[in-house]
Amino acid sequence: MSQRDDVLYKIQELAEQIKDDILNLRNPKIRIPVRSLNNVYFDPVKGHFTIKSKVKTRRLTASTARSFAQTLRMLALAKELIITNDIATKREAYYTAYNWLEARFQNQQESDATMDDIEAMLYTIRENLGFIPEERGGDVVGPLIVKDRDQDGNVLKIDCSNMGSGAYSVPSNVEKLEFETKADFILAIETSGMFQRLVKHKFWNKMNCILVSMSGVPTRATRRFIRKLSDDMNLPVYVFTDGDPYGWLNIYRTLKVGSGNAAHLNEFFCVPRAKYLGVTAQDIIDYDLPTHPLKDVDIKRIYDGLKNDPFVKYHKDWQENLKLQLKLKKRAEQQALAKYGLNFVITDYLPKKLKDKNSWLS
Amino acid sequence: MRIDSFLKEEIKQVVKESKRNNSKEPKEEKNKQRSAEELAKQHKAISVAEFFEKNRHLLGFDNNRKALLTTVKEAVDNSLDACEEARILPEIYVELIDMGNNRFRVIVEDNGPGIVKQNIPFVFGKLLYGSKFHRLKQSRGQQGIGISAAVLYSQLTTGRATKVMSRTGKDKPAHLYELRINTLKNEPEILKEEIIEWEKEHGTRIELDLVGSYYRGAQSVDEYIKQTSIVNPHATFIYVTPDGEQRIYARVSETLPKEPKEIKPHPYGLEIGTLVKMLKLTKEKTILSFLKKEFSRVSDKVAKEILEKASVAPNEKPSQITREQAERIIDAISKTKILPPPLDCLSEIGEELIKKGLMKEVNAEFYEAVTRKPSVYKGYPFIIEAGIAYGGELPKDSPANVMRFANKIPLLYQAGSCAFTKTVIAMDWKKYGLNQPKGALPVGPLVILVHIASVWVPYTNEAKEAVANYPEIIKEVKLALQEVGRKLGKYLSKKRNVESEIKKRGYIEKYIPHISFAVKDILDLDESMKLELETKLKQILEHVRGKIEKVGFDKESNKEFDEEFKLKVHSHGIVDEIYLDEVDENESKG
Repeated sequence: MSQRDDVLYKIQELAEQIKDDILNLRNPKIRIPVRSLNNVYFDPVKGHFTIKSKVKTRRLTASTARSFAQTLRMLALAKELIITNDIATKREAYYTAYNWLEARFQNQQESDATMDDIEAMLYTIRENLGFIPEERGGDVVGPLIVKDRDQDGNVLKIDCSNMGSGAYSVPSNVEKLEFETKADFILAIETSGMFQRLVKHKFWNKMNCILVSMSGVPTRATRRFIRKLSDDMNLPVYVFTDGDPYGWLNIYRTLKVGSGNAAHLNEFFCVPRAKYLGVTAQDIIDYDLPTHPLKDVDIKRIYDGLKNDPFVKYHKDWQENLKLQLKLKKRAEQQALAKYGLNFVITDYLPKKLKDKNSWLS
Repeated sequence: MRIDSFLKEEIKQVVKESKRNNSKEPKEEKNKQRSAEELAKQHKAISVAEFFEKNRHLLGFDNNRKALLTTVKEAVDNSLDACEEARILPEIYVELIDMGNNRFRVIVEDNGPGIVKQNIPFVFGKLLYGSKFHRLKQSRGQQGIGISAAVLYSQLTTGRATKVMSRTGKDKPAHLYELRINTLKNEPEILKEEIIEWEKEHGTRIELDLVGSYYRGAQSVDEYIKQTSIVNPHATFIYVTPDGEQRIYARVSETLPKEPKEIKPHPYGLEIGTLVKMLKLTKEKTILSFLKKEFSRVSDKVAKEILEKASVAPNEKPSQITREQAERIIDAISKTKILPPPLDCLSEIGEELIKKGLMKEVNAEFYEAVTRKPSVYKGYPFIIEAGIAYGGELPKDSPANVMRFANKIPLLYQAGSCAFTKTVIAMDWKKYGLNQPKGALPVGPLVILVHIASVWVPYTNEAKEAVANYPEIIKEVKLALQEVGRKLGKYLSKKRNVESEIKKRGYIEKYIPHISFAVKDILDLDESMKLELETKLKQILEHVRGKIEKVGFDKESNKEFDEEFKLKVHSHGIVDEIYLDEVDENESKG
């Protein structure tokens, strides 16, 4: 049974249950795991956020009747996509629902949220339902051959070390990709500016690594790509971001252990073996980096992380890092290393950091 | 001193003086300087007619419109009082006939006990003849000025005599009188007296012609009769308007109200003028027995305490008491502890009957009423009652209609200065779910009824149109209104809940077809199964959310309200009989 057939079976089972309830005059309901940070815990064995048992129930009440109907209609749409072996982007799904009259979505956030609910409900990823993300994946350069297939099923080999000044772009669905590589590790980088510099100076060649640009919080495809590459080729993953709460708690934490909103998917998407290279708060002191003062949102983010983030609460080194930054009241960007020359990051910082395991964060 | 006493004194004076001065006063020349003696003479020469002119605002004859209302009111009040005292369920017929030129004929007929033959001329033809002046008892009548003032007004404005018919029983003859008032002597003048055939076994009928004007709406005869019928649900009124519409206000209760008991005055309400007058009139031999016999709650011990504090000897003759001594007695009373007056002397309408009364005249959806326990102000016992009618056919966006009553008489004028209106405005009606602009009446489909029953209603002014602001009275009114207000608030919030439930259900039902559609799609079901799912979903909704309780207005549910009665066109025929020749206008002016 393929994954899609499995999902189809789950959808039909759910509809059957609802039909049964209605015919027996029982109030039908849909139970959906709550997708938020307070319904996950950090599982040290699995190494990622795992969803807790909190569920929300949709039934025929004034406040939930609409989303109850929308969820069912979205399931019907997914069934349609599976049967016809078609796909729809999130935006296309939103427009399809335009014909649902009073059950239509007010905006795409609403339809996206319903889609996320269905994923959680069926315990699958939406790519298996036929819904694909709009967003493109990150850029990849390095000693890596990606084996993909064209529409006719012919194998295409893409050499990521031979992309000139460009890069290989991660596709929206990475499930069918295969890899060949002799690289030692993967380096995931926050900004495309830093990525460009490392590519230009062939950092990947010097250090024998695969560079991945995340451009902010990594998309599902990027996360899944890094995870799959790391798993398939058994490569360690290092992460290099700005030295601020966004780089740490949004970008790195999401990549490593997942997010509250997509806790049901973390199993597939996160990269538990990732390690954090920098920029750390200690780096700001050690390298005497040029800084900016912390913004109010940064401070709020740190306090929130210390108080509510199960990942931070589990890792003492992260708590100390956050507390140190609170003390410094400063943040530093990746590019701040240019203080010591444009290529200081290539010649000194990264090689030094890669050697000194004690300077990493978990 | 109360205005009634004031008027009585004044009339006595007027009559005495006019009897003495039989000679006619010389006509005044314009611009001629007048001596003090001449002015004094002139003052003495006024007749009852002039007295009336001077005081017509006190008597309720300020203008044509009010004169018509006052005349009807005096006659109807008398009829209701008479019926109740005789323990007869009142049936009162009122007819207004427009005779053109602002002249109206007022006919009021009752099924009361009738008036004995020899009293008829005095009841209608002598000012201040009433039987109610010297007693403290809850009654409508205004100490005997009312109906004779109407007779006088009729005579002064149209020159016509008043026609009275009365019969006291089946085996007694019916008498017809045609009367006027001798304005010089304040004595009745009988123009015609005869025994007639009358199908009625007992009752009284009065017909007066007067100058007046008829309007509908607030402060009209229509409104007076409607409101009177609300607070007198044991009475039937048949009212024929000047336009020939016959309206029937049928009784909804077969029980007469409890008869109010007469009580003696309580010392706490005593004023110096009244005390002086009582001292003059009493038959008691000593001041001690005067206090004990003429007042309620004055025991031997209390009387002695008062007199001791006032330094007045107990065996002093009442007629010998000086004004200074009287003042000391008043002062001593205020310093003496005396039991409150007996409270069983009042006759309230009752909660059930207020509701029924409102129901039969106002087609609303919610009715509530409360009767408070008796309370006391200045030694006078009183009871406050309040009622509320909400919704239904009442106008939605106008201020509440506040109906004020004193001893079951509607108060139609001076609403602004009345303690009742003020208390209604001072209350926070928003608490009970109503709109209320700042410092104004609540707005909404609302009738608020307030009634005071007392042996001595404190009015703000001579015209007896508004209740005075006594703290004890305001407190009781407030408590009564709060009680009905709370119940209204409860009803309104229930109504809102039901309305929001209906709205919610409609909202949920909108999504039922989507649910069945999706299930059908996923499971490849046929159309009939889809429909079955929808039917079942609706059943589930009903089952889960419960039956909706019925609230709100149902035009048919008010059994007491009869639309037929409200508007019945009746042809009263033409005025075919002018029963008296024109009287010389000059003569009546005296």
